[in-house]
Amino acid sequence: MSSNRRDFLKTTAGVAAATATGTLLAPSVASAQGAWSNQPEKGAKLRVLRWKRFVQGDEDTYMANVKKFTEKYGVEVRVDHEGWEDVRPKAAVAANTGAGPDIILSTNDDANLYPDKLLDVTDLAEYLGKKYGGWYPVCQQYLKPDGKKWIGVPLGCAGNALVYRESAIKAAGFSSVPKDTAGFLKLMQALKEKGMPGGFALGNATGDGNTWTHWLVWSHGGRLVNEKNQVVIDSPETIRALEYGKSLYETFVPGTLSWLDPNNNKAFLDGQLGITANGISVYYAAKNSADAKVKEMTADINHANFPIGPVGRPTEFNLFFNQMIFRYTKYPRAAKEFLRFMMEEEQVSPWLTASIGYVTPALTVYEKHPVWNDPKSIPYRDSMKIMLPSGYSGKMGYASAGALADFIVVNMVAEAVSGSKTPKEAAERAQKRAERYYKV
Amino acid sequence: MTSAAPPAGGTRWLDNRNVLGALFMLPAAVLLLAFLTYPLGLGVWLGFTDTKIGRPGEWVGFENYEFLWGDSVTRLALFNTLFYTLVASIFKFGLGLWLALLLNKHLPFKAFIRAIVLLPFIVPTALSAIAFWWIYDAQFSVISWVLTKAGLIDRYIDFLGDPWNARFSTIAANIWRGVPFVAICLLAGLQTISPSYYEAASLDGATPWQQFRYVTLPLLTPIIAVVMTFSVLFTFTDFQLIYVLTRGGPLNATHLMATLSFQRAIPGGSLGEGAALAVAMVPFLLAAILFSYFGLQRRRWQQGGGDA
Repeated sequence: MSSNRRDFLKTTAGVAAATATGTLLAPSVASAQGAWSNQPEKGAKLRVLRWKRFVQGDEDTYMANVKKFTEKYGVEVRVDHEGWEDVRPKAAVAANTGAGPDIILSTNDDANLYPDKLLDVTDLAEYLGKKYGGWYPVCQQYLKPDGKKWIGVPLGCAGNALVYRESAIKAAGFSSVPKDTAGFLKLMQALKEKGMPGGFALGNATGDGNTWTHWLVWSHGGRLVNEKNQVVIDSPETIRALEYGKSLYETFVPGTLSWLDPNNNKAFLDGQLGITANGISVYYAAKNSADAKVKEMTADINHANFPIGPVGRPTEFNLFFNQMIFRYTKYPRAAKEFLRFMMEEEQVSPWLTASIGYVTPALTVYEKHPVWNDPKSIPYRDSMKIMLPSGYSGKMGYASAGALADFIVVNMVAEAVSGSKTPKEAAERAQKRAERYYKV
Repeated sequence: MTSAAPPAGGTRWLDNRNVLGALFMLPAAVLLLAFLTYPLGLGVWLGFTDTKIGRPGEWVGFENYEFLWGDSVTRLALFNTLFYTLVASIFKFGLGLWLALLLNKHLPFKAFIRAIVLLPFIVPTALSAIAFWWIYDAQFSVISWVLTKAGLIDRYIDFLGDPWNARFSTIAANIWRGVPFVAICLLAGLQTISPSYYEAASLDGATPWQQFRYVTLPLLTPIIAVVMTFSVLFTFTDFQLIYVLTRGGPLNATHLMATLSFQRAIPGGSLGEGAALAVAMVPFLLAAILFSYFGLQRRRWQQGGGDA
């Protein structure tokens, strides 16, 4: 897998070279691709449903881009914003009833729940891929499940990385966050000793709970299912991960079992946490805070990727974003044109800048984007490159979505690390619960 | 009236009382059928299928129920729900009755105080739940803060992070919200009791306790039955409070049937299983209703006697 990816990136590196002129594309390369012709239907109108912003800059620029599209093509676009966890049921109902928004921006494995209800966007995905340096391999697992047909256009992912206070790390005797799990544990122990402990959500937190617990299990070689979708979570690797998690948990700030998605942001911005895991939104919030004390913290905040465990490669889990066009749309060409327009560099670039990289784009050319010039944002630049897909290492579908929504992995980790069950018991229970979804 | 001939034979049937009656009932019947019977029936039917959101299901008989019976999380949720309902209802009844008796006395600013008492009930649950979320926060809890400053504890109380703490914390929030409803309803009941009973009782030399036991309580029982039935139903089906405070965590210790049903059905996509979970609540609710109607409203009980 990694050798493939390296070759893949090498071949695309040339495309991404010309940043100096203000555009990421060498003009010759751009014109060489150029093969896109599409005309929106006359009198077309579009309805778009997307997840509600996590950072204000995202929504502002996105809507400005929508306005530009309407002005250019005369296509009226209505955009609805909903909390990201509410988009899933709505999208599923739209797929089932054959009525609703023409385009839905959704999360994780959604597109794999109703692939036959989605418009084939292979031409668009290939056009964009060629023009912008190719899609990261993980995109194909999400949106090109059969290896031939694209059922959606990848947008990118909300990277989840370690967010820490530089002063706390220094006080604990470290110059940076160790890149391996053993060193990371030492850092966590030292942080606790110095009174600036770390903490990661262990409540039923859809975002922050799932991301780090999956990293934990995967980093030690555990996984919910194998390539054949057989449940294999009750394994020695998982037990090792849980035992490591247990020693990690001992260093946590109290109360993490009750943490939902917002808790770590609150505690971090209040100065109680030395390290946690989050999107770049904490940094964004500090940077744009009206509170002088919080703003002051900006200089002290830094980010790092999750450490690498015994498996020897990154095992991060990030929130993936799809863009799906539903087959029932009356204006398939306008819908495609809308997505193409929004994915062109002229639109993506200001959007990326305004949201300081909250969404890591799915096209490799944007690795060179100036938004990543802030060294503190570099871990998020690589989020697409190093993440593993939802339902790893099986196929995506109802089973993977259901298992994730039922917090099977989060509960297992919480039970084991808090000592309410032994790692073995917790893994056995997770195995049973997961088998129900993957129907043995 | 007689001068105007009926315009057509078709209007004469409107003169029939039965037809007219049925016609007047029609809107209500349609509303009930469309918004009550149909969803309920659909829910029951879904519980027997493996429907997923976005995909129609097939009839699977009792498979969902068989699975739920063997599912440890469901069993835990059932236990949580019963525990939550039982403890919260007992406290709500006790505190509510106490408050009602106090409010029934002649207090200065009576109307004002009664209005204040209702406040927790008036505030939307989602809002009061957010307030409790802050009160119980692991890092920002005002209770922990005060106790720490007062030197009574040296570390913050883990209100929502420990399974039993979380159960009691959510129950406390539920009680806080539910007491006013019970109190105000019982107060209304108290005011229907004629003062002459108390006069007669005091002439007979009854102590305040005897007055309460043999006058107030028997006359209040029908109201208590209705109020507590409602209270139990509300508590058993609670959702918002848990969803805001814990989402069922920690370790699923506060998952109620309603929250688990939602988690499985909507974010999890298993509509059939979620529906089965919701339907599984019905027998418990029916039992609560039957108990109050056939038990608490018995004349003998109301008159303070036993069954024998």
